[in-house]
Order: sequence, then structure tokens, then C-alpha cells
Amino acid sequence: MIDSELEEGWIAAELAAELHDVKSRLRKLADRYAGGKAVTISQQAVPWASRVFFRQVGIDPDEHRTPVEAIALERMRAGGFPSRNVLDDAMLIATVETSVPVMAFDEDALTGPLGLRLAGADERLGGDGRPLSSRQVVVADAERAVAVLFLDMAEGRGVHPRTERIRVASVQVKGVPDVSVEEALWIVRETLLGDA
Amino acid sequence: MAEVMERRPGTPLAVSRVPVRPDEAAARRTLREQIARLEGELGALFCSTYPRTGFDWHVPSRGGPRVLSLVELEQLRDELLQRLEHNRRMLSDRTYVEELNRRRIEEMLLAPDEHKWVVIRNEDIGERGCKSWHVRPRFGLLGMLMNWWRVRISSGCPLAGGRGPRPRPLNPVVSQAR
Repeated sequence: MIDSELEEGWIAAELAAELHDVKSRLRKLADRYAGGKAVTISQQAVPWASRVFFRQVGIDPDEHRTPVEAIALERMRAGGFPSRNVLDDAMLIATVETSVPVMAFDEDALTGPLGLRLAGADERLGGDGRPLSSRQVVVADAERAVAVLFLDMAEGRGVHPRTERIRVASVQVKGVPDVSVEEALWIVRETLLGDA
Repeated sequence: MAEVMERRPGTPLAVSRVPVRPDEAAARRTLREQIARLEGELGALFCSTYPRTGFDWHVPSRGGPRVLSLVELEQLRDELLQRLEHNRRMLSDRTYVEELNRRRIEEMLLAPDEHKWVVIRNEDIGERGCKSWHVRPRFGLLGMLMNWWRVRISSGCPLAGGRGPRPRPLNPVVSQAR
């Protein structure tokens, strides 16, 4: 038997305040993002540096958009920045504010520090995932490749509902100042902790 | 050096056969800088062409992310350069035609009867919107017979909702079932 009456759920006060704050921030960001800005975004220093890097590593930035351009296009298409979850919202806010893309990993699924390297022969993403092309640029921890740079992440290395600790990372390409990268990481942290 | 200078004709020259691997780093750095500069110019050109359409900005991907070889970097540089030059020429041609169209609008306004039925739209002068300049006879058929011509400037894009009644749903049976 299906009860046709709808009941309103509840959200804990501290969580409601946090969600509300993030959503209002997304709304304000979306209001600042007009069509003109989306057209001229590739002229700005940091998005331009990302486009250049994409070109230099063999990715066509008009085919596979840089994260900030993808966000700008999605803003034009959707008419705003719809809230998805606190982490995705935090990363979106950081990328829009600084134009620096950020990635989030499950801290407990990583071993040692993250870095960039070339994939080895017969190497697989995450150790047991899909095969990687030889000399592909990957994000790796001390043991294995956990993501292909700016493309897909290994299964189980990303953040999921049971994740207890998150590691946020960013790739600083040539031409992006340190302060922008630091700002991006701090924005994610503060948004997740609700201090923003 | 003295031995070489004193070498008699026909004497073979001693050649060092130590394998030397050329250092590509400098060439790669130069190519990366050229790619960066071309990408910047392509971005600037993209902004200049807006809102014009019909330009091709596509430069094929190299299956990245990976470290491109020297040859691939050179090919990428050349393709970016070709795309840039092609789009620059195309923009130059388009702006020339747009300038002619602007001049024609002025001529239409000055002497409408010399440009009967001519229509020039905003896109013909490289601008956004639906505005158009249309030379039409005043008072319809009477104006045609009397040679009374004028330029009618449209008021802009039609309203998204339209002025008529709302269109009926395509499948009324489905709508009623809901």
C-alpha cells in the first residue's frame, strides 16, 4: 500500500545553515556570470594558461573543455549553478572564483603524496582498472595511478558517501600563480567546513 | 687544427664516432612557447569574431594527456598557425563585406528608391540581434506605383512567447490522462 500523503522531511539546523549558505553563494556566483564573460574567459590569464597546457599535452580544449570553461558553458546552458552536493558545490565555487580546477580523493584510498608522472607500460588505472596508454600523464600516489590528468578517476579513489577524510588536490600549470592555487584549495576547505 | 690544415688531398679524415644524443629540451621549450602564443592569439581572434558564426576553431587532439614528441609539437604549432591564418583571412573578408553593407544601409536611407526591396540584417553587419533594414513601398501597391519607397527598420527579435494564443499540446489524450 502506498500512502499518497507527502511528508516533509527535516534537516539538522547546522546542516541547513550550511546548505543554504552554499546555495546562496552559488546563486550569487551565477548572477555574476554573464554571457560576455563566458565568451571572453579564454582571454583571462589563468583560463588561458589551462588552455595552453591542454594544447601542450595533446588535448584539444575545444573538444574536451578546461574545467572553468566547462563550468561557464554549463552556466549558460542551465541558466545557473544548480547545487548538487556540498563537495561538488565547493569545488565549483573554488573553480569559478579562481579558475583553478580542483580534484577530491578519498584520503583512505590513497597511499603517500600525490604527484604527476607518465604511465608505465601495461599499467592500469588504479592498479586494476582500465589499461592506460603508455606515457599518458597520470595523477599517482606512491603505489599506483589514481586518475588520468583532467580526465577520469580510478574507481574507488574518488569521494563516496562512506568517505571519512577527503584529500583535495590541484594541478598548477605554468602561468598560474601560487596564490590562485592556494586560494582554490582554501575555498574548498572553508566551504566544506562551513566557514565561508 | 694544424693536422687538418696540413692534410694532403686524398688522405681520409679521422672522424670521432662517439654517439651524441641531441638535446631536444631547448627546441621543445621554444615550440611550447610558440604554441602558447598562438593559443593566445587564437583566443583573441575568437573574441574578435563574436558574434559571427561559421568559423572553425577545431585543432585536432593528440590523444592526450601525454608528453608530445618534437614532431607532434611541430605539427600542433603548424596546425594552430594555419587555423589562425585561415580565420584571420576569413574575418578580414567578413569585415570587408560588413563594411560594404553598412555603407549600403546609409545609401538606402539616403535614396531608398535606388535599393528597392533590399534587406540587410544585423548579422550582415556583424552584430547581434534581429534588427533589419528593409526597403519597402509606402502604402503598399500605391507606393509601388507612385515610387514612394522608404526604409523600414524592424523593432528587433520576436517575443519568445509570441503574441497569439498558446499552442495546443501535440497529444491531447496524454495531457488529459494526467
